[in-house]
Amino acid sequence: MRSPSDAVDRPDLTQPPAAAPRRRLSLAALPAYAAAVESACLSLGAIAVALLLFGVFVALGGHDPIAVYKALYVGGFGTRFSIEGTLTQASPIILTALCTAVPARVGLLVIGGEGALVLGGLAAVLCATAVAAAPGPIGALVALLGGVCVGALWIAAVGALKHWRGVNETISSLLLNYIAIAIFNHLISGPVRDFSQTLKATSWTVPPAFGIGSMPGWSVHWGLVVGVSLCLVLFVVLRYTTAGFSMDILGGNRRAAQVAGLPIGRLLILACVIGGGAAGLAGAIEVLAVHGAASESLIVGFGYTGILVAFLARQNPLAVIPVAVLVGGISASGGLLQRRFGMPDATTQVLQGLIFLCVLASNAFAGRIAGVSRST
Amino acid sequence: MTDAHGIGWLGIVLAIVGGALRVSTPYLYVSLGEVLTEKSGRVNLGLEGVLLMGAMSGFAAGSLTGSPWLGVLAAGVAGGLLGLLHAAICNLPHVNDIAVGIALFLFGMGLAFYLGKPFIAPRAAMLPALPFGFWSSEPAVRAALEISPLFLIGIVLAIVLRWALANTRWGLLLRMAGESADAARALGYSVNTIRTLATMCGGFLGGIGGAFLSLYYPGNWNEALSSGQGLMAIALVIFARWNPLRCLYASLLFGGASALGPALQTVGITAGYYLWSAAPYVLTLALLIYSSSTRHTLAGAPSELSISR
Amino acid sequence: MKSANLDSTSRRELLIRAANLAGVGAVLGPLSSLVHAADAKPIKVGFLYSASRDDYGFNQSFAVAAKKLAQMPGVSVEEQERVPETAQCERVMESMIQVDGCKGIVATSFGYWPFVLKLAAKYPDVLFIHGGALWKEGDPKNAIGYRGYMEEPHYLCGIAAGRMTKTGKLGFIGSKPLYFIFNNCNGFVLGARSVRPDATCRVVITGDWDNPVKEAQAVSALADQGVDVIIADVDGPKVSIETAERRGIYSCGYHTDLSALAPKGFLTGAEWNWAKAGDFIHAWQTGGTYPNLLRGGFKDGMVAISPFGKSVPENVRQEVLKARQGFVDDTLKLYKGPLKDNEGKQVLAPGQVISNTDNDYKVNVKWLVEGAIGETGLK
Repeated sequence: MRSPSDAVDRPDLTQPPAAAPRRRLSLAALPAYAAAVESACLSLGAIAVALLLFGVFVALGGHDPIAVYKALYVGGFGTRFSIEGTLTQASPIILTALCTAVPARVGLLVIGGEGALVLGGLAAVLCATAVAAAPGPIGALVALLGGVCVGALWIAAVGALKHWRGVNETISSLLLNYIAIAIFNHLISGPVRDFSQTLKATSWTVPPAFGIGSMPGWSVHWGLVVGVSLCLVLFVVLRYTTAGFSMDILGGNRRAAQVAGLPIGRLLILACVIGGGAAGLAGAIEVLAVHGAASESLIVGFGYTGILVAFLARQNPLAVIPVAVLVGGISASGGLLQRRFGMPDATTQVLQGLIFLCVLASNAFAGRIAGVSRST
Repeated sequence: MTDAHGIGWLGIVLAIVGGALRVSTPYLYVSLGEVLTEKSGRVNLGLEGVLLMGAMSGFAAGSLTGSPWLGVLAAGVAGGLLGLLHAAICNLPHVNDIAVGIALFLFGMGLAFYLGKPFIAPRAAMLPALPFGFWSSEPAVRAALEISPLFLIGIVLAIVLRWALANTRWGLLLRMAGESADAARALGYSVNTIRTLATMCGGFLGGIGGAFLSLYYPGNWNEALSSGQGLMAIALVIFARWNPLRCLYASLLFGGASALGPALQTVGITAGYYLWSAAPYVLTLALLIYSSSTRHTLAGAPSELSISR
Repeated sequence: MKSANLDSTSRRELLIRAANLAGVGAVLGPLSSLVHAADAKPIKVGFLYSASRDDYGFNQSFAVAAKKLAQMPGVSVEEQERVPETAQCERVMESMIQVDGCKGIVATSFGYWPFVLKLAAKYPDVLFIHGGALWKEGDPKNAIGYRGYMEEPHYLCGIAAGRMTKTGKLGFIGSKPLYFIFNNCNGFVLGARSVRPDATCRVVITGDWDNPVKEAQAVSALADQGVDVIIADVDGPKVSIETAERRGIYSCGYHTDLSALAPKGFLTGAEWNWAKAGDFIHAWQTGGTYPNLLRGGFKDGMVAISPFGKSVPENVRQEVLKARQGFVDDTLKLYKGPLKDNEGKQVLAPGQVISNTDNDYKVNVKWLVEGAIGETGLK
């Protein structure tokens, strides 16, 4: 398999000697929008192919593909109600996608968003309880920060294990997911449990004053704005600051980064902190805006959907926003597919998987310009 | 705490032994399959989806034909096909195999649940078990030593693979594809073909691992069947340093550890059952941390593997 | 528009086979009067399930009710499965109301209740029926929480278990540490000890609504300890029953009729009769009255027991049915003094009797009765 480091390890004598990270230099040399346009076209083409394959799949099951397409659209984007549903679905996964996308820029493949989200939600509850007497906005801020910090620490551990101990980050973040969920369940079933809630094991309730409300006129909570803003900020930071550029170099070619004297450990941890903080924030927002407490309702796979979004967005924080809306729309329309056509709920998962596979396959057609996944 | 007929703490030991013999089998098959795939230079994180497809196909075929062994075969074939899909996409240039694995996981899981809906309620004939505990009069011991032929086949497979990887031409070719693709190409072999075959075999074994879950223990098909066994098995491969025999030991360890929780509750240790259920993951992580090092790449890691950097 | 009937005929057959026979009897009474009902407005009812409705367990018990409701005049039913207990379920319910025009919603899983309350306030012309909620004064009037007193059929299973066990050791597998699980466990143990005072019951909590591997391991571990009757209070008891059958021990069912799964070892089981919701729907259609909080046992036809397994002898069956009649007549009280918990504390003084319909008492049960080996973890 080809990798950026090949250019350094095995000098290609048929080409003029070029600096190692060829793709990186080209990206900087050409107008940025050309790369983005090619990337977007490839992704859209892949989605179209996936939809086509999905249509065949659906037809084989005896349903009318055109009707299914229409239902997908109506259920996800057709009415104001569906759009609100889609955006509500998209809010947490925008943030959990960052948990995979940001570390991917430095070459780490982290899939620990689920664990960070869950612990972030719990941390939000604990912080909110600690400052229960504070005024509303302050308390909410403290709770959110608590979620961010805990999530950041959790994923930072993954980065630290990788850098100082060489433990593969994909495996360690996966294991930490299960461990986080176990810790979470243990705590909400006993030590931080609100025993007056008899229907399910729930943590202490967050003071209602700290809750995050809906945006005026829409029944979508402000968490969406937080997620979108974070993506925009990160996009700018990663592209236009030195730290961001250093991360890109590290992600493109670790050897070159070492030669350039970049503080590799610090960059890895920084990327993990940002990613984990985003996932923790997602958990905190879910608690403050939707549930008011932490319970098993937080463990619904937002983290794993975030991985899908990150890859489809090619690890670009800006692209995460539309991709999350698309994926959210597909998930939101699942209910309609069930009720109208009697199709199993897993139908949307099949579609998402197909889209994912097609987008990855489309990488093969990317020229040297496109920003391909850096996890190699 | 024992009362008449109760075997108290012996029950814990038996539960661990029984767990090691039963629960380890899916991990064993999936990790052996993944060893083959990774030795050839690819990572297939999609084995969780393969496991679920295998479990579903096995159960469906078993329930429709009445023969659990046909179910096992069907499961293997389903897994092999998914492996083929993984390999086909990864053979394209510039494609990241880890990402494809995750995509396959999602797709395989969705497909398994989609096709498996009609099979949640019905029952299927189960795989038989060999009573290795016939010598004991204690029913608990006998039950713990009920061993499935699949487990025994798995042990044989581990030994055979260990030998074959080191001593046969195929094994050498496989390892070459994984260590140095250029050398394999120089000898005139298509690296992609080798990797495709290896991934298909890996998928076949992963599917059988899934069939064990649905056709033997716990012997049911529904959407809660797997709690990440496929993904865990891939972690076990790294922990086992790509050595099939070590995969066997790791699977036994993992299976035994996961049986602790319910067993402890039956002797009265009821606190913290969630934490006990995390025991296998903590164990794996601890062992992984212990056995990893930055100074040298993981011993035994195929050089072409993208995760061994 | 689409009703619940989907492609596969086999599934329909299965649902019919799995139907609660006793429940049909209980429902046919009011149903026949419904046929003569006047002014029954046509109504579409949406069902939400947290998992698959074929799970031979909790969700299936509601699916059985959905089928019965669909047979009521003017009622059509639509269903959606695998709806998570998050803001998603609110969306699903709203979608059913706004897009499909449902005027009745049956939200089956516990975690849906907070979202039901929100939506009930928003849509006063829609009836929300929830399985298990404790509706209280101040909650919207168009929301209903109903649930059967599962501890009563568990008591009857306990009698059967107490009579059939040879070792005197029983096993109770629970999913989550919640009050109704412990009430059920208490019912089971009290029933067993009413016929066999030295019976003990080991309690294993898996921690998940649905985790087949853990449930199978729990059954194995219990059987290793000499337990020879188990009952599994999990969302899908199929695995536990089948594992028990393979180990050669007796089993009692839960949620729906599981007798087909264990031809040799099945004793009886505790079943729901969720079809009582038909009464609420009918009241909504005709503008009648309905309770907001309905809890009932055998007396109100809200629970039932499964058909007896082959191995249960006639005298045990009579004993169980006699106790059942005791619940119907309200002569048999579940919680009565003197009663000790399993830590030796006295929870009920001699002569103290708790009414079978005392919801407050049951919700606040944080202990396990004497004879149960385990702890609740509730404070």
